[in-house]
Amino acid sequence: MSVQDKVIEIIAEQAVLEPSDVSMDSTLESLGIDSLGLVESIFAIEEAFDISIPFNANAPDASEFDISTVASITAGIEALIAAQKG
Amino acid sequence: MKRVVITGAGTINALAQNVPDTLKAMAEGRCGIGQLVMQDVERLAVQIGAQVQGFEPETLFNRQQLSLYDRFTQFTLIAAREAIAQSGLVFSGELAARSGVILGNSGGGMTTLDENYRSVYEDGKNRVHPFVVPKLMNNAAASHVSMEFNVKGPSFTVASACASSNHAMAQAFQMVHGGAAPVMITGGSESMLCFGGVKAWEGLRVMSKDACRPFSANRNGMVQGEGAGVFVFEDYEHARARGAEILAEVAGFAMTSDAADIVMPSKQGAARAIAGALRDAKLNREDVGYINAHGTGTAANDKTECAAVADAFGAHADRLMISSTKSMHGHLIGGTGAVELLACIMALRDGIIAPTIGYEEADPECALDVVPNEAREAKVTAVLSNAFAFGGLNAVLALKKL
Repeated sequence: MSVQDKVIEIIAEQAVLEPSDVSMDSTLESLGIDSLGLVESIFAIEEAFDISIPFNANAPDASEFDISTVASITAGIEALIAAQKG
Repeated sequence: MKRVVITGAGTINALAQNVPDTLKAMAEGRCGIGQLVMQDVERLAVQIGAQVQGFEPETLFNRQQLSLYDRFTQFTLIAAREAIAQSGLVFSGELAARSGVILGNSGGGMTTLDENYRSVYEDGKNRVHPFVVPKLMNNAAASHVSMEFNVKGPSFTVASACASSNHAMAQAFQMVHGGAAPVMITGGSESMLCFGGVKAWEGLRVMSKDACRPFSANRNGMVQGEGAGVFVFEDYEHARARGAEILAEVAGFAMTSDAADIVMPSKQGAARAIAGALRDAKLNREDVGYINAHGTGTAANDKTECAAVADAFGAHADRLMISSTKSMHGHLIGGTGAVELLACIMALRDGIIAPTIGYEEADPECALDVVPNEAREAKVTAVLSNAFAFGGLNAVLALKKL
């Protein structure tokens, strides 16, 4: 499974949606994922890819990990995989 | 109804191991936060906290006591000894029979849990010390205070996460106010700074990795502390009859529940608690000169708290002072309201307002007088202490100068 498909699967599960309902330009907010859901999604992604994501709920914008859309999250994960496992 | 006064105070926390030194540290704006020292600290993403340093329990407790006292119980007893010594009370006869102990605590004996889980899971041992249960139960501290001081009335522990101490002290106030007890020993303690405790908090992604900067625009989370604060709440007539020194009057309180979210705070819930405490204490908004804030240093709490204060106080919100001493002693979770009550007593008695240290950058969403970085001298006659817990449980206390 590609990184993108896995991310969509995790986010869809969190949002209680079908993966087909999640598009690359979806925002977590548009999918109905709140702050707790966000932290849980990040945990699930860390577990799935065995990476560590620098995310602080107090300063989401300060983190290099861009959570604004599914596409930006996927790109962030790919970069982290390359950096942490490369 | 009885008037309720405070006739004793005690503490141990990252700033100091008694009340006078803690108040001095607060007045100096000292920071008790530093690098954590504990087993496996290198496996933590968050490695700072306000730990009690230079603490030697073996000089304060005997071998048998140490085998029964978790760190949170040790902290509690140290604070209780100071508070009760200051009050001058000796519990016997009718006084002993009717007085009680109500303490706030959230996690119970976390160090005991941590050490024993490590022993059975990591080290594969199949036997644990026989006192694990009586050591870790979160009423252990209240029970040991009752035993050490012969206090035989209503005693129990209150758990409402970060508001535990305020809920406990409100309940103790109620006991004395209503005439059920002439004296209540109250406050709270917490000792969550162990590997498992910090690891659990780390998971929520709300902890700062560098500093606690309440109300500052660049704040990035809370920093945990540990310790205890214990007070003697006494019927005013009882205290006056025996010529006791009175530190302050507990004038009232209010408790509310957000009934909304398990972690996100609510402006309405907090504002209702603040307004309720004013009503209960028969205070006008203009009477309040200082608020010890919940002020955790998280993005969500601080802006919500400021909005709630603005709502509850109207125009007077811009004239009162509000500071978060968590910037100095960290967030003591179930014990935090108790240590913070010391800053309220200092404001009333000494006319010194403890600062919010670590303040670097103004936040338009926290546009109140947060007493940034330096303590201030001011005459105040009424103060509030806020606590807004995870779970949406709020408790605000009102104190007056007497």
